[in-house]
Amino acid sequence: MTRRNVVHGTFSLERTYDAPPARVFAAFSTLEGKAAWFEGGDGYTLVERRFDFREGGAERATGRWDNGTVSQFDALYFDIVPDERIVYAYEMRLNGTKISVSLATIEFQAAGAGARLLLSETGAFLDGYDDAGSREHGTNFLMDRLGASLSRAPQTA
Amino acid sequence: MNPAVPLDRVFHALADPARRAMLERLTRGPASVSELAEPLAMSLPGVVQHLAVLEQSGLVTSRKAGRVRTCQIAAGALQPAEQWINERRIAWERRLDRLGDYLAGETQMEGNER
Repeated sequence: MTRRNVVHGTFSLERTYDAPPARVFAAFSTLEGKAAWFEGGDGYTLVERRFDFREGGAERATGRWDNGTVSQFDALYFDIVPDERIVYAYEMRLNGTKISVSLATIEFQAAGAGARLLLSETGAFLDGYDDAGSREHGTNFLMDRLGASLSRAPQTA
Repeated sequence: MNPAVPLDRVFHALADPARRAMLERLTRGPASVSELAEPLAMSLPGVVQHLAVLEQSGLVTSRKAGRVRTCQIAAGALQPAEQWINERRIAWERRLDRLGDYLAGETQMEGNER
């Protein structure tokens, strides 16, 4: 039986691009623009795509990874201010299992001749992320990562 | 704030055998600074310095009651959720890199058309 739990997390990112806010916004507001960067990447095949960019409109991107995992992104747009702001909520599914529900805010600001993009996500991460004895698992993960980062670093006496 | 900083601090905190020993001790329960120092053959000020690094990484919290400072593992500091959030953040980093490539390509195409 699945042990139910929810963990909340937030992160923010900031980027500056050599393109005005309207151009950066278009990469979020049009299917063609968004297709150039949003979906998958290497090892990902798009299976289903819906894109209704308006307040109350829904977006879906379902794709299959080469390892067989099917990921599904379902979003609902709540707030759209052209060239300035997008707020949407979305759920993520992996192989049909809902793993998270998140709220994403994207802001576009003029920065010289370019644009600054501010992205913030707050998520509720559902079930299955502490099934391996949370702390021990997390510690082992960090130790593994630490080992990997140290083995890449030059040795010092 | 650079969101990568906290994880860097965690790795830095874990990159020292004395601090790992202190963490391992604390996984068995809270301990005073002198209890932490005991098995380490280290001066108290040295232990306090290591403790400061552990606290800055968010892995350990401490509070002072009278003359005794008690340390404990921060609840949830090492939860796998952190891993998940980090993966999500990295996925976004990659996407925003691709967005940058796409925008740069668009600019170049416009330049060629002129």
